[in-house]
Amino acid sequence: MPKTIVRDGVRELLEEGGAQLVDVLPSEEYAESHLPGAINIPLKELNRETTARLRRDEPVIAYCHDYL
Amino acid sequence: MSPRAAWRLEGLGFSKVYDYAPSKVDWFAAGLPMEGELASVPTVGDVARRGVPTCAPEEKVGEVRDRIQGTGWDRCVVVNEERVVLGLLREKELAADPETTAEEAMRFGPTTVRPDVPAGKMAERMQERGTASVVVTTPDGELVGLMYREDAERPYNTGSPEHA
Repeated sequence: MPKTIVRDGVRELLEEGGAQLVDVLPSEEYAESHLPGAINIPLKELNRETTARLRRDEPVIAYCHDYL
Repeated sequence: MSPRAAWRLEGLGFSKVYDYAPSKVDWFAAGLPMEGELASVPTVGDVARRGVPTCAPEEKVGEVRDRIQGTGWDRCVVVNEERVVLGLLREKELAADPETTAEEAMRFGPTTVRPDVPAGKMAERMQERGTASVVVTTPDGELVGLMYREDAERPYNTGSPEHA
């Protein structure tokens, strides 16, 4: 079951190394702004092929833009 | 959207999946780094002065006034141990009875703004409202600094030593 994570948790995982940030917003929104090092895989394109570049044994952190 | 993405990723065989539900809005509002086209647009966090004097709620106004005299600052932000903004002592409040505590004299709950707001837009808003300065905090209320409209109208003027 995916775990919800807050900002400090994201920072900790990134500092530990290996964590992968996935921006699931449309590519236009990703181009405007994204977290450092994040890769863009829009939600509708999330499949086995597009996620092939991600390491399956390392943490994956998904984020978007619709919380506040 | 991100919860659906997180579940989808898990369904695709990833075992350590996290959902950063507060999203990039939360990240940028905390003044953390950004990549992309907007990264070059000056923000409130870029132009905010960081060395703003602070005091604890129990400090005497007279002591605070003496401390900031001659520093070039005309106000002091009242914060708790976590640097969360509680109030503001402007010139008017700093002129109160010296024995009054900061908590008693302060302007409670001043307007605050997040560091990721574009500085130019903020300056326009402040001009419309006749505001000269605004307190900058993270989404958690932690003090970042003080933004003066004049600084936002000439972004990246780093002539003042108080700038980040």
